[in-house]
Amino acid sequence: MDESQFEHILSTWVLPVLRVSTPLIFAALGGMWCERSGIVQIGLEGFMLVGAFFGAVSTLYFSNPYLGFLIAGIAGVMLSLLFGLGVLKFRANQIVAATATNLFALGVTPFFSKIWYDSTGSTAPIPTESQFKVAPLYLMGLTVLISTILFHYSKFGLRLRFAGEHPKALESAGVSVLNKRWQGIMISGFLAGLAGGTLSIYLSSSFIRNMSSGRGFIALAAVILGKWKPIPTVLACLLFGITEAVQIRLQGVVLWGSEPVPVQWIQILPYLITIVVLAGAVGRSYAPKGLGQVE
Amino acid sequence: MSKIKNKCALFGMVGLLTSLLATPSWAELKVGLVLDSAGKDDKSFNSTAYDGMKRAEKELGIVAKTVEAPDPSSYETLQRAFADKKFDLIIAIGFLQLDAVKKNAARYPDQKFLLIDSDAQMPNVRSVMFEEQEGSYLVGALAAMHSKTGKIGFMGGMDVPLIRRFQLGYEAGAKKINPKIEILINYLGVTAEAWSNTPKAKELALAQYNRGADVIFVAAGNSGMGVFDAAEAQNKLAIGVDSNQDGIKPGHILTSMLKRGDEVVFDSIKLLKEGKLTPGLFRYGVKTKGVDYSVDSFNAKLVSADDRKKLEELRAGIISGKISVPDYYVIQKKK
Repeated sequence: MDESQFEHILSTWVLPVLRVSTPLIFAALGGMWCERSGIVQIGLEGFMLVGAFFGAVSTLYFSNPYLGFLIAGIAGVMLSLLFGLGVLKFRANQIVAATATNLFALGVTPFFSKIWYDSTGSTAPIPTESQFKVAPLYLMGLTVLISTILFHYSKFGLRLRFAGEHPKALESAGVSVLNKRWQGIMISGFLAGLAGGTLSIYLSSSFIRNMSSGRGFIALAAVILGKWKPIPTVLACLLFGITEAVQIRLQGVVLWGSEPVPVQWIQILPYLITIVVLAGAVGRSYAPKGLGQVE
Repeated sequence: MSKIKNKCALFGMVGLLTSLLATPSWAELKVGLVLDSAGKDDKSFNSTAYDGMKRAEKELGIVAKTVEAPDPSSYETLQRAFADKKFDLIIAIGFLQLDAVKKNAARYPDQKFLLIDSDAQMPNVRSVMFEEQEGSYLVGALAAMHSKTGKIGFMGGMDVPLIRRFQLGYEAGAKKINPKIEILINYLGVTAEAWSNTPKAKELALAQYNRGADVIFVAAGNSGMGVFDAAEAQNKLAIGVDSNQDGIKPGHILTSMLKRGDEVVFDSIKLLKEGKLTPGLFRYGVKTKGVDYSVDSFNAKLVSADDRKKLEELRAGIISGKISVPDYYVIQKKK
């Protein structure tokens, strides 16, 4: 294979798959940490939206995507604290609280957008020179590495996992379950916020209303598909990324006969693959035992 | 997801009701506008309708109320809220509101409705349809004139008949200029999220540019921004839709296929004020400039005088009937 061929494959297959998967991987790892601590996390979508919004706003303000990216994560943490307050302090139902979080994010972003940019649809465009080139891909790789190490080989990871698997055992060892769950929620807020930042600063040039487009839920599906473990979760995200990329390339392409494959058939690919993989290849996916239980 | 949407609808309703309470009750004309979920700042079709409404409010002195439907299940209740408050005219934007308008027009036979983008066929509804295929034909021709590679692209938002109509017109226009031109076609999705998925739009546009397309026409609401980003990144051209989008990325947006929702909304309110608003189906094509291509300071360097001369010839051909532009709706009916 000569160099130009290599470059062609890189630019038409490898990079698109990585780009499409990056927000999913950030959000899914966040969701995994949170669920492992025992809290059901369907609020990723909301954290992503505030992350995307505040990431875009601060990148515009400081003309620095790295700072904007960090602020996207912090915005996610802020919203996750609100969610944590609901479920940990006031013992609200986790599904309801996360739904409220998602709705809040859906409403609050156009609200501020209207105040600052006089538009409920999108923020002002980020100039090309303050957009990311490839940095989020490296940061994503770093996050995967750190998550895996912490998850499997650290005291912190072990304790957080026990908060979700067997909270009483952790309690009897003298470790606060509540603390671990707060940490799980904040990690999910931070990483989902970064996922949002990826969408608005890296994959587009502004915040668009509801731009997460269900990616938070796909990320959650990846967590389940990946059996709540870091590397399989990342692989599940890549699988979704690959199907998305395949879907993009297959649209309007004639595979056999004279008519192109109908677009609807191609667009069910990610869902079809999820079902097939879940039902056949990976076997049953077990949730953490203490997930969603409040004692 | 449906739970979330229902709740959104509920919040929308509460907001609407509180805003209606503040409406003064003297004899000014009251017009209610129901936008679809892309909202009034979609820089696209909803924006044009909202602009028309604002203009009418200023110039005609009407009481204007605008609401955004958070999702398709709330059109009916939003329209009803206006009807219950005895608004003089209820304007519904988008073909998705067809069923809701039909139901409400039957429920409130004395209420006047204006439905844009679909035909309700009710005695108290004025339906307005744009001949999108005619405007798309013109921008398709322009795209073919500017393509050096002999490949151009089309990107639709949600895969629905309305957008297929854009596609067919665009293809026909391009083939009129260059019969051998290759047209790459992509749709963003089959759900309403396709209108706000900029990252995917950008990815699809990059794929089309990589495959050799050098002009892409995008009809995808908010998602269009992703295509403009890709055009800028690859130093290629894109064509905007509905509103004049030429200024978003100057130099990379060849033109915009205008759909003058603002004119229709304003004219209809004006007719209402004069007591001349009649029901029935009204069509706006290139003849009345209801659909058109944009030329302004942002793209004046891109579109030459020769280009414009050629486009005006094509326009004349469409008006005189010499050129027949394929219409997806008609083709679907024949099938």
